[in-house]
Amino acid sequence: MDALMLTIIATSIPLLLAATGELITEKSGVLNLGVEGMMLSGAVGALGAVLWLGNPYFGIIAGGLCGVLMASIFSIFTINFMTNQVATGLGLTIFATGLTGLAGAPLVGKTVPSLPKIEIFLLSDIPFVGEILFKQDFIAYLSVAIIIFITYFLKYSKSGIVLRAVGDDHQSAHSVGYPVKKIRWYATCFGGMCAGIGGAYIPLVLTPHWSEGMTAGRGWIALALVVFASWIPWRIIVGALIFGGITIAQLVGQARGWPIPSQILSMMPYLATIVALTMISGRISKSNSVVPASLGKPFFDTQ
Amino acid sequence: MLKFCMRIFSLFALGASVLFFIFNSAFAGTPTKVGFVYLTTPGDHGWTYAHELGKQMVEKRFGNDVKISVVENVPEGPDATRVIRELAKQGNEIIFTTSFGYMEPTLKVAKEFPNVKFEHITGYKRSKNVATGNIRFYEGRYIQGVVAGLMTKTNKIGYIAAYPIAEVIMGINSFAQGLRSVNKDASISVIWANTWYDPVKEADAAKVHIAEGADILAQHTDSPAMLQIAEKKGVLGFGQSTDMSAFAPKAQLFASINNWGPYYIRKIEELKSGKWNTGDGPNHWAGNDWGGLKAEMLLISKFQNMPDSVAKKAQEALDGLKSGKINIFAGPLVDNTGKEIIPAGKSLDDGALFRMNYYLKGVNGKVPG
Repeated sequence: MDALMLTIIATSIPLLLAATGELITEKSGVLNLGVEGMMLSGAVGALGAVLWLGNPYFGIIAGGLCGVLMASIFSIFTINFMTNQVATGLGLTIFATGLTGLAGAPLVGKTVPSLPKIEIFLLSDIPFVGEILFKQDFIAYLSVAIIIFITYFLKYSKSGIVLRAVGDDHQSAHSVGYPVKKIRWYATCFGGMCAGIGGAYIPLVLTPHWSEGMTAGRGWIALALVVFASWIPWRIIVGALIFGGITIAQLVGQARGWPIPSQILSMMPYLATIVALTMISGRISKSNSVVPASLGKPFFDTQ
Repeated sequence: MLKFCMRIFSLFALGASVLFFIFNSAFAGTPTKVGFVYLTTPGDHGWTYAHELGKQMVEKRFGNDVKISVVENVPEGPDATRVIRELAKQGNEIIFTTSFGYMEPTLKVAKEFPNVKFEHITGYKRSKNVATGNIRFYEGRYIQGVVAGLMTKTNKIGYIAAYPIAEVIMGINSFAQGLRSVNKDASISVIWANTWYDPVKEADAAKVHIAEGADILAQHTDSPAMLQIAEKKGVLGFGQSTDMSAFAPKAQLFASINNWGPYYIRKIEELKSGKWNTGDGPNHWAGNDWGGLKAEMLLISKFQNMPDSVAKKAQEALDGLKSGKINIFAGPLVDNTGKEIIPAGKSLDDGALFRMNYYLKGVNGKVPG
């Protein structure tokens, strides 16, 4: 049983990280649909760094940096040149898919040591729970730390409140003197870093090799998770675990021969996402405060 | 003076012979233009990579006598039609379309270009200028079954499959036949990934199989993810399409390797000599070329991570399949619900293999859909 729990957690972590990053980006009013592309570049960067430098921890740093690099490209276009965010985000994913294919070509067929598990003293000896919660790798702990941090950040810190203000009404934020563009740059780059590390988790822990397009659509799920969580950080954990849980449950169901067609089981995670989206959108119409009001709108500071 | 004339003459002769050589090599035979359509890129290290290796063998064999164009990442569907048509327009004389989903697009374009030869890989529909080529992948899976049956301790085999199409189902059944030839207690449980390629999902499926007690893993999906998990968790498995031992030196028992090169070379040679044809007519289900171990279109990598006694049995199975002594789908065959498929004395023909929609004895559950 705990082997299955571990599998669920492992499969959830890339989603969790990428969604958390995107949440911050969207809270600042930027809709970056390039998550898939940023994850891919994180994955290829991480694997390249580990092959080159030998230590899997450099992979995390490299993955994060590659994500930031991609996010910067997106920021230049959408924030400085005020291009359409949806189109630019889609473009970023397509661009990154090609670029990572090119950059990753020499990495094909190579494998790397995966990230070691870190046992937390004494806690890891607790039966069942210890194995699952306190015997994880560095990125798993990091992702929980990031969630806790941004929960605090958005709710209690001044910078967090400014970030939300920028996302809700960039003109007002601008008129009281906050640097809207700079804040959006930071938020987008943070999103890129998280997506990059999330992508890095795939070659560093899940399947230690590079193959083109290996994220296989997880960036899009991460985008859906942000909406599923209605922009509330802790709900991303829940959403990611539900998604991971259903994914694994359908595999277990097949292995055990549950009499449910595998296609229906394969469809379950997506169905769950749509149901959640519908429920949330019903609620949004009642209280309008969930979605950042300036989400996806370009900001012109000359006005 | 005479000397001078001689010198001029010899220079002339030299120049002429050089020119002759240049022209000769340029016009000796205009290179045959060959097109390839790939589903993904060689970077998948699986299916398309195997075709890439085949293409490289063509290049090596023919050198300047062929001019090859490759289009990668072509989705199955309307895009494929456009790409294939473009290749035909550019004057390619023979076009290899290397995925099952290119079947209809290939036929459609073939109608528009009756003088171009088309080779559709793994399909079953043909026309005047469309031939089909395929590999008897299932033969390798029989040997996998034999090795799995001898190596398993838990008697549980985990199988990760892509889509419930005949190609994949006959692989599972062939595996089961190999398995039951040496071990009547072992059984196969199948997880359908519903994708050819999603490393994370393949890895998850492998983890689930292991958690459920499987100690031998087999796959009919494209990435090396399953073997990497096997390596990590200390169980064993088989590589797919290409030798994956680099990913799992301690876990890979052997890999079935798709060897397209000789087929491509032969078909191009046939085209050059005007002998290219589409085989035996439309009722020949698997197409005119369905080669396996004997034709060396399917190769088996080194047997490893197994005791010599098992390797010997595996070699026997390999030899038996090559010589035709082993007939994998010979009766009596019973499906896993107990229904008789064919009685003793008969065996399934190629057409019946492509109509398979049931599991044979030794496989758990039932075919979805």
